[in-house]
Amino acid sequence: MPKSSSLRRWLAAAVAGGALLAGAVQAQAKPPECIAPAKPGGGYDLTCRLAANGLQEAKLIDEPMLVTYMPGGIGAVAYNHVTGVRNDDPNLIVAASTGAALNLALKKFGAKQSVDDVRWLGALGVDYGAVVVRNDAPWQNLDELMQALKKNPSSVVIGAGGTIGSQDWMKAALMAKSASIDPRKLRYVSFEGGGEALAALLGEHIQVFTGDLAELKPQLDSGEVRILAALAEERQGGPYADIPTAKEQGYDVEWPIWRGYYMGPKVSDEAYQAWVERLRELSQTESFAKLREGRGLFPMSKFGDDFDQYVKQQVAGFSQLAKEVGLTQ
Amino acid sequence: MFDFLIQGFGVALTPLNLGLAFLGALLGTLFGALPGIGPINGIAILMPLAYTLGLPAESSLILLAGIYTGSEYGGRMSSILLNVPGDAGAVMTTLDGHPLAKKGLAGPALGLSAVSSFIGATVAILGLTLFAPLLAIVAVKFGPAEFFALMIFAFASMSAMMGKDPLKTLIGAVLGVLISTVGVDSGTGVLRFTFDMPELYDGIDFVVMIIGLFAVSEILLMLEHAFRHDQDGEMAPIGRVMVKMSEVLYCKWAILRSSVIGFVIGVLPGTGASVASAVAYTTEKRISDHDNSFGTGNMRGLAAPEAANNASAAGSFVPMLTLGIPGSGTTAILLGALMLYNINPGPMMFREQPMVVGGLIASLYIGNVMLLLLNLPLAGVFARVLQVPRWLLVPSVAILAFVGVYQLHSDLMAIYLMLVIGVFGYLLRKFGFSLAPVVLGFVLGGLMEENLRRALSISGGDLAILWQSGLSIGLWIAAAAVAFIPLFAGRLKARFLPGRTA
Repeated sequence: MPKSSSLRRWLAAAVAGGALLAGAVQAQAKPPECIAPAKPGGGYDLTCRLAANGLQEAKLIDEPMLVTYMPGGIGAVAYNHVTGVRNDDPNLIVAASTGAALNLALKKFGAKQSVDDVRWLGALGVDYGAVVVRNDAPWQNLDELMQALKKNPSSVVIGAGGTIGSQDWMKAALMAKSASIDPRKLRYVSFEGGGEALAALLGEHIQVFTGDLAELKPQLDSGEVRILAALAEERQGGPYADIPTAKEQGYDVEWPIWRGYYMGPKVSDEAYQAWVERLRELSQTESFAKLREGRGLFPMSKFGDDFDQYVKQQVAGFSQLAKEVGLTQ
Repeated sequence: MFDFLIQGFGVALTPLNLGLAFLGALLGTLFGALPGIGPINGIAILMPLAYTLGLPAESSLILLAGIYTGSEYGGRMSSILLNVPGDAGAVMTTLDGHPLAKKGLAGPALGLSAVSSFIGATVAILGLTLFAPLLAIVAVKFGPAEFFALMIFAFASMSAMMGKDPLKTLIGAVLGVLISTVGVDSGTGVLRFTFDMPELYDGIDFVVMIIGLFAVSEILLMLEHAFRHDQDGEMAPIGRVMVKMSEVLYCKWAILRSSVIGFVIGVLPGTGASVASAVAYTTEKRISDHDNSFGTGNMRGLAAPEAANNASAAGSFVPMLTLGIPGSGTTAILLGALMLYNINPGPMMFREQPMVVGGLIASLYIGNVMLLLLNLPLAGVFARVLQVPRWLLVPSVAILAFVGVYQLHSDLMAIYLMLVIGVFGYLLRKFGFSLAPVVLGFVLGGLMEENLRRALSISGGDLAILWQSGLSIGLWIAAAAVAFIPLFAGRLKARFLPGRTA
């Protein structure tokens, strides 16, 4: 059957050619990619765009950075993907935040996943937790609120945009703990995102909102809300200069919400260092500072080993805390 | 007082911005028409592009808002033509839209829904212009207890859909509620029905649900027909393509009522087009379905949800522009887009950025007119899509949806899930269930549970919070009325007008 054998030869050639072509494409440097472990439009999306737009504008990457979405399990799907499937991709970074560290501590990324399973790259910005009340609330400062809570922890309705065990709940729980109040006695209401919680605050359905500082700027400007405390190590500048920290009011609570990135565990030191340098350089450019402020982020520069240590310490701290407040055994 | 609007028209009527409004309307119609790419994804895809192109804030907002409102227009197309909702707000549109297409009235159905969309959006934009700050104050009064009462009302209205087989409607809705419980529990963070699969932590994605339930099951039905060599000749040939003035007039009250319902629900933060169109449809069925023809291709049953979903899209701008709180998932992304430009939407925006607010509202007016002009003549063109054989059309749309969903999840799990849901939908249809109650149960059930639990955490477990405010009492009464009056009405009719019922 001469016809079929020639057909077979052609097919074989085509397959071989196709394989070669695929190989060539594989060998060629792929464009840099950032995975946002969420649906489009959320905080992780903005984190990826911060790197993508910043690196592009500062000409620190040759090709535009691809932003892909991998929603699922509040980041768990992406974490499993990077530790398992694309664990050595030198062009791939993944957006992360304090929330990811908390989920790792609470083992929400899977029982086997730990903070040591990826290479922590660096953080480009940070926001801080804030304790917010309406402008007509009876409490003028944090201490007055805490005294009220001490007297009767369930007399005040606290709300925020996350479930029990989430970042937003942790802020409230830490505040309670700093005044020796059992966090489990708080009356906490979880909403779908900070926007809904803020609406509930303005509509007098809740009395205290544990939100994020920069997020609240519009309502702060209009005088509708009063921020009783910023959960930062020190006062921030500009429009936030009048907002005292919790620490200076005698309650030692900090809640930085950093926005950073990690890479796969088997990425070479060389590729890892190249990314560390890229981000470090980016954080020092002036155009980036503008971009960062546009996203409502305060400066934070922690890269490479420095950042790796920071995240690991944070996760260890969260694990400890979770036990203390009764989230895990 | 309306200086900002005059200024806004000045901004919106520049050639660049007019062009962008047109582009947004066109792209939005396309994004809405393709199942799997809704307004949220469309905006998320184009937002970085607008930013990279260096468009000024008001221009890119005009583009993105055009996409948003445009996709509410586009969503109806595949609902009517394929019985597959193009986006969340278009589920109810399938109920009467597709039967109309089957009768050969695809063209008029598309035309009528374009007109209803236009009127719905216009009413809502007027409402936005005139009452935005006032409405914002009322909107935040809607707390968890009031939302819970609203959901009860929505479920009670659903009893209107129980036409042929009440038990199956009820079972369908309950199945939907059950599916909505998958994922991280919104109150305590406990995982429910996730079977250790992180892909299920966030619950089942709406798009995955819709494509599986409607499109995949449709393909399975078609396969079955092909296998048994059935005639798939359920489609009547396409008749006339233009909608008649008399048809629009027949629907005028349905459209106006639904526009108001849609706008009000759109203004509430946390509820969007899907709730709005469901409430509008069931309300309209109650009011004007005298011969029980809703669900078999009644023009009012098509006009009502379409007016409502467009009205709710414009309504959701109210809390975003006045309070800085998104009224829907899509406005949440628009909010993010504004922040890219260092504009913080909120109470100060009308004062600090009148150009942006005015430009946006003006462009909503302009975009809306463009969408009508674009969609009326296109109705005839799109109706011709039905001349493509269904065995080719539906799988092609499904493939597009698969690609879209995969692109968004970068994960095969979403595709498998869609297939499983598709088989589930196929079985439901084989057993004679309607799919709309399942979807409504899925959407409303999640919202109802969340808000009930929020209300109870606020009150510390005291149920009385659910009927403490005037708003919630009103909603409870309305719910009781829609659920029980028909029962009594039937009995009264039977007693006093025996001649008519016999």
